[in-house]
Amino acid sequence: MTTLRTEELIMNMGPQHPSTHGVLRLVLYLDGETIDKLEADIGYLHRGIEKLGETLQMDQFMPYTDRLDYVCAMSNNLGYVQAVEKLCSIEVPKRAEYMRIAYAELSRISGHLLWLGTHALDIGAMTVFLYAFREREEILNFFENFCGARLTTNAFRFGGCMADMPEGEPEKIIDFTDRFLVLMEDYERLLTKNRIWLKRTQDVAIITKEDAIAYGLTGSSLRGSGVNWDIRKAMPYGAYEDFDFTIPVEFGCDVYARYLVRMEEMRQSCRIIKQAMQNLPEGEFQTKVKKIKAPEGAEVYHSIEAPKGELGFYIRGGGKNIAQRLRIRGPSFVNLQSLPLMCEGELIADVIAAIGSLDIVLGEVDR
Amino acid sequence: MGIVQHQFSENILTTNIDKLINWSRYSALWPMTFGLACCAIEMMASGASRYDFDRFGVIFRATPRQSDVLIVAGTLTYKMADVLRKVYDQMPEPRWVISMGSCANCGGPFNTYSVVQGVEKIVPVDIYIPGCPPRPEALMHGVLKLQEKIKNEKYLRK
Repeated sequence: MTTLRTEELIMNMGPQHPSTHGVLRLVLYLDGETIDKLEADIGYLHRGIEKLGETLQMDQFMPYTDRLDYVCAMSNNLGYVQAVEKLCSIEVPKRAEYMRIAYAELSRISGHLLWLGTHALDIGAMTVFLYAFREREEILNFFENFCGARLTTNAFRFGGCMADMPEGEPEKIIDFTDRFLVLMEDYERLLTKNRIWLKRTQDVAIITKEDAIAYGLTGSSLRGSGVNWDIRKAMPYGAYEDFDFTIPVEFGCDVYARYLVRMEEMRQSCRIIKQAMQNLPEGEFQTKVKKIKAPEGAEVYHSIEAPKGELGFYIRGGGKNIAQRLRIRGPSFVNLQSLPLMCEGELIADVIAAIGSLDIVLGEVDR
Repeated sequence: MGIVQHQFSENILTTNIDKLINWSRYSALWPMTFGLACCAIEMMASGASRYDFDRFGVIFRATPRQSDVLIVAGTLTYKMADVLRKVYDQMPEPRWVISMGSCANCGGPFNTYSVVQGVEKIVPVDIYIPGCPPRPEALMHGVLKLQEKIKNEKYLRK
C-alpha cells in the first residue's frame, strides 16, 4: 500500500477573526490538522503610546494608560500613578490607597469576567458569556458612580484619587461581592465539571514550569504552571500588605489549570474588596501635590500585578514634568511569545483554547 | 391608497415596493464585528445580556459575506487599513458602515505616525458615533439612526 503524499499547508488566521481576541494574526504551518509551526504577527494595533508618553505631560498621559489593557483600565491607572509617585516621592493618604485597591480589584474581576465569557464562547459555551456580562455591567456601574466612565476610567491622580467614594457606595460594593460569590457557582456548574469543557481544556496547550519561567510568563498563566509568584505578595505595593488573601496555584500546566486559577482569583479579589470596604479609613482622598517634576536622569521601574500579569512602567525623568523615556512592560506582549510553544503539535481548534487561556489584549501587546 | 382601500379582505396590507424593500433591510441589520480596540468591548456589551441588540434584529456575524453593516469599532492603524478595505469589499451590497468611537471618526487621541486619522479615508461612512468609547446606548442610537436612513432610501421611484 502506498501512502498519500502530503504537503505542508500554510494557513492564515486573523487579523480579523472573532476568536483571536482582537487584531492578532497567526500564520499556521499545518500537517493535516496538526500544527507544525505557528508564527504570531503583531502590530495591527500599534498606536505609538510609548512615544506619546515622551511628548505629553505626565498627567496628560494618564488617559492613555486606560487604553493599554482596556478591559481593566483601573489596574493600568494604578501602575502608572504609582510609578510616577515613586519617581517624584509623593505620599498617598491611606484612604486613597484602600479605594485604589478596591477599584483595581473590581477591575480585575471585570477583566476576568470578560475573559471567562469570551473564552467559553470561543470553546462553544454561549450561556456563560451572557451570565458573565450580566455581572460585569454591575461592576461597570460602580466605576460609573465613581468616575463617570464605564471603560476608560482615568480615575486616579498623583497623590490620590480623582474623587471621594460616593455616599453609600461601600455597602453596595460589599453587597455585590457577597452576591457575586453565589453567582460564581453558576459559572462553575456550567463549566468546571462539564465533560465537553474538560475535553477541550485538559492536557491542551501545555507549558511546563521551567518553560513558563524561561519565557517570562507572568500572571495567572504562570500560576497555572505551578509557580507561586504574585507581585501583590512577592513585592507588595500600595496597601496590599494590610489584606488577607491567598494566591491560587495549580499544577496542571494546561488550559484547564489556568481556568481554575482565574476562577479562584476572582474569589480572592472579592475577599480583598470586602476587607478594603469594611476597613475604609477616614480622611483625605488626595494629598496636595504642588508640582510634578521628575529630576533629569532619575529613573524608576514600578510593576504591579495586573489581571494579565506583571505590568511595569519604566520612566526616566527629563527635568520637567515630561518623561524623557517611557517604557511599558505589557504582560500580554510577553505572555504571547509562549503561544508557539504551547500550540506546536496541537490541533487548530486548540489554538483558540490556548489564546483564550493566555488572556491577551492587543492594545497592550502592540501599544 | 384610495383606489384599493376596502377592496380586499382584512388581512391584506398594501404598500409600495420601496417601503417593502426598506422594511426588510432595516429590520435585520446584521453587523460584521470589526472590533479593533476598546470600542469592541462596548460593542460586545451591546450584544450581551443587558443591552441585548437582538431585539433590533441586529445579530453579529463573524464573516463579511453574511453581513450588511460594518461597525468599525476602534483605532485603525495603517497596517490594518488594507484589511478593513478587503473586508468591506467582500461584503455584499447593499452595505453600510458605522464608524464607532473617536479613533474611527478622526483618530481620536492618537495623532501619531501609525494611526489612520478617520476611517472615511478608507471606506465610505454612513453613521459616526462620537465617544471614547461610546456607551452601548450611543451605539444603539447610531443603529436606530441608520435604520431611519435606510427607511428613506429610494430604489424604484427616484
